[in-house]
Amino acid sequence: MSLNIIVLAKQVPDTRNVGKDAMKEDGTINRAALPAIFNPEDLNALEQALQLKEKHPGSKVTMLTMGLPRAAEVVREGMFRGADGGIVLTDRALGGADTLATSYSLAQAVKKIGDYDVVICGRQAIDGDTAQVGPQIAEKLGLPQVTYAEEVLDLSDGHITIKRRLESGVETVKAPLPCVVTVNGSAPECRPRNAKRVMKFKRAVSPSERAALSPEQAALVAGRDDLEIKEWGAAFVEADPEQIGLPGSPTKVKAIENVVFTAKESLCLNGSDDNQIEELVKELIKNHTIG
Amino acid sequence: MANFYTDNPDLKLHLQHPLMRKIVALKERDFADAAKFDYAPVDFDDAMDNYYRVLDIVGELCGTTIADNAEGVDHEGPSVANGRVTYASGTQENLEACRKAGLMGMSMPRRFGGLNFPITPYIMAADIVSRADTGFENLWGLQDCAETLYEFGSEDQRERFIPRVCAGETMSMDLTEPDAGSDLQAVMLKATEQPDGSYLLNGVKRFITNGDADIHLVLARSEEGTKDGRGLSMFIYDKRQGGVNVRRIENKLGIKGSPTCELVYKNAKAELCGSRRLGLIKYVMALMNGARLGIAAQSVGVSELAYREAEAYAKDRKQFGKAIIEFPAVREILSVMKAKLDASRCLLYETARYVDLYKAYEDIARERSLTPEERQEMKLYNKLADACTPLAKGLSSEYCNQNAYDCIQIHGGSGFMKDYACERVYRDARITSIYEGTTQLQVVAAIRHVFTGTYLQLIEQCAAMPVCDCLAPQKAMLDKMTETYKEVVAKVHEINEPAYTDFMARHLVEIAGNVFMGYLLVTDASRNAASDDAEVKAAADSLAKSARVYCNLAQAEVARHSTFINTVTPADMTSYEA
Repeated sequence: MSLNIIVLAKQVPDTRNVGKDAMKEDGTINRAALPAIFNPEDLNALEQALQLKEKHPGSKVTMLTMGLPRAAEVVREGMFRGADGGIVLTDRALGGADTLATSYSLAQAVKKIGDYDVVICGRQAIDGDTAQVGPQIAEKLGLPQVTYAEEVLDLSDGHITIKRRLESGVETVKAPLPCVVTVNGSAPECRPRNAKRVMKFKRAVSPSERAALSPEQAALVAGRDDLEIKEWGAAFVEADPEQIGLPGSPTKVKAIENVVFTAKESLCLNGSDDNQIEELVKELIKNHTIG
Repeated sequence: MANFYTDNPDLKLHLQHPLMRKIVALKERDFADAAKFDYAPVDFDDAMDNYYRVLDIVGELCGTTIADNAEGVDHEGPSVANGRVTYASGTQENLEACRKAGLMGMSMPRRFGGLNFPITPYIMAADIVSRADTGFENLWGLQDCAETLYEFGSEDQRERFIPRVCAGETMSMDLTEPDAGSDLQAVMLKATEQPDGSYLLNGVKRFITNGDADIHLVLARSEEGTKDGRGLSMFIYDKRQGGVNVRRIENKLGIKGSPTCELVYKNAKAELCGSRRLGLIKYVMALMNGARLGIAAQSVGVSELAYREAEAYAKDRKQFGKAIIEFPAVREILSVMKAKLDASRCLLYETARYVDLYKAYEDIARERSLTPEERQEMKLYNKLADACTPLAKGLSSEYCNQNAYDCIQIHGGSGFMKDYACERVYRDARITSIYEGTTQLQVVAAIRHVFTGTYLQLIEQCAAMPVCDCLAPQKAMLDKMTETYKEVVAKVHEINEPAYTDFMARHLVEIAGNVFMGYLLVTDASRNAASDDAEVKAAADSLAKSARVYCNLAQAEVARHSTFINTVTPADMTSYEA
């Protein structure tokens, strides 16, 4: 069966390469000093979507992102790697959203796309680290959700079977379609950008980007639906103004302070046999504690 | 995330060379493909933008997956069972990533599924891949063979095989045999024509890189009773046909991820590529020229890696209370490494551009007859490419070996241990001055360009270019070296004894290379000294520094070689007899 797959992706500041000027004096992120990137776990999610597309010929992968108009870059990046097209949900009214307002807005956009089989996103974004948006979207759409997904094992007869990576091991679950899947960073890395796709879809633009093109560049994309990145506003997705942006966000940031980590996540290995010792050594090497 | 293209602005500097405008115009035939392929460029800037973007993909893939896998691939290596090769797991991952990224068949025409890239950006990709994993560059770089298949195969063969290469199937060139190494005229593999026009191949090939490839180009003896190169033809063997088994893979010093195979052909069905009897004298020569440029790129990639590893260690390692890079003795080694790297890279891209120009004309000539001016230009660029290729292959491979040696030296005792990448670099570098023709054979190919004056022509062409004030002293040094070069060439020419000429050939060729690379550094740095692009300007400043270091080195080298030539007479050659 061919599938209609929606990949949710977020453009985030690259917090993995934080320099001295990453934070402003008031404790907020200095976005100008950090390059905007495709949220890493959303790339893992995209890979799962593209693998589903390969296994189910005729499937369509649509990128959906909420953010400033420049988040069209994320949609384009997805297209470079294999997505068919995408939508930027962008509107001043959506600004300042917490996870509740964000998931509501995205759920509205997903409804607007309609007729979907799977909604896939990363487990969490590296800027907020909440891991709330995916599950909240599932709740708002009344869909089953599979979190911490590592691998889609099967999709047939209206059901999806997924291997989940949990703290204590793996779990295989089966859920009816449509459903929401959030993908763990331990899932396979996303495939690289494809040369031909990059050369073709570098011209894909959103309406606000199109306005800035020279007449020659605009002529190249005129009438080319495949090169159009859609831009949707709050009204278009029929969002309730009270549930979006700042009005829809009960979470208020009171203060931000620097903290020094004293201990990271703990891991408990029980037993005293050689296997456990080997596991321990592997873990220490993996953490770069030794080696 | 590391990106081996964006972290090295020198590459952008070379890609922006003014000749690219002409290369792109010829390669893209006035951008006619734009109407047929949605990924074809519409103008020069669009084409250049495509090259940057695709090299960015190459850089990212190399800086992450391929570089990360290099050590594991070196340890694991390929294996052989039941006549078939299994690549190391990292190699499989690398190949799959390259396929998905669409980096196979890069220079092939779009109608066969390629990217229609000129040689210059393709060679740049090879330079980058080699820095990440030198052995993997071989497997990836064998897509070069498609170039030969395209040039000499029939349209039907092109249509059947090239799209497969573009989709990611690998290739091999099966030339060497146990008794036919440098001397390919001695090839014995037997090709027997069948009633249906196909051929059956029987015999053994040895030292075949990627010998279990999907598509092979094979040199075999089709003319029974012949003994020399004129009895050899080129064949295409498709693995799907069966009949070729891998008997063993060699246990090598370096490039361990690249399987080097001994092949047994038992009635292997193959098809003729091109005309009979032209296998060695025409097709393999073309194949080798492409491969030699590839090895030059591979060598530059090794030099880059060696330099970066050495520099990073020298900054990190503290002795006597400071980082060892602070010591003049270490700084000198590093500066010379960088100068050799930059010099060989300048020559690599100079060569690639000439190859691009003549090949583009050659390809146009397949569609229509060239104008007399075009024909003239094609001949000129063909000659320049022929002169530059052995020089680039010979000198870059020697330099990368020297850099790999120095890289270990900078690491001191730690470099001798298996803990640092430098030991792998050292082993991987070693083959570059041997395969696709040893340095000695590159000298054989190059020496005629010493006496016909091609190198002097290239040198004088450079010498006539504008030079920024800051490099005027280097220009003056090079002008002097050119005079020395002319004197020693005249001396050997005057003596006119073939054995003496052969004896002095390497010295003469090295002087030509030293002077030419010196000029290239000076002119490449000068041309970009005022670039609007901050990155390119910084690269030009760094190149100017290398030009100064290199000219000091070149002056000493030219003096050494010329002293040798001026001192050793034909009579002295007896001391060198066995």
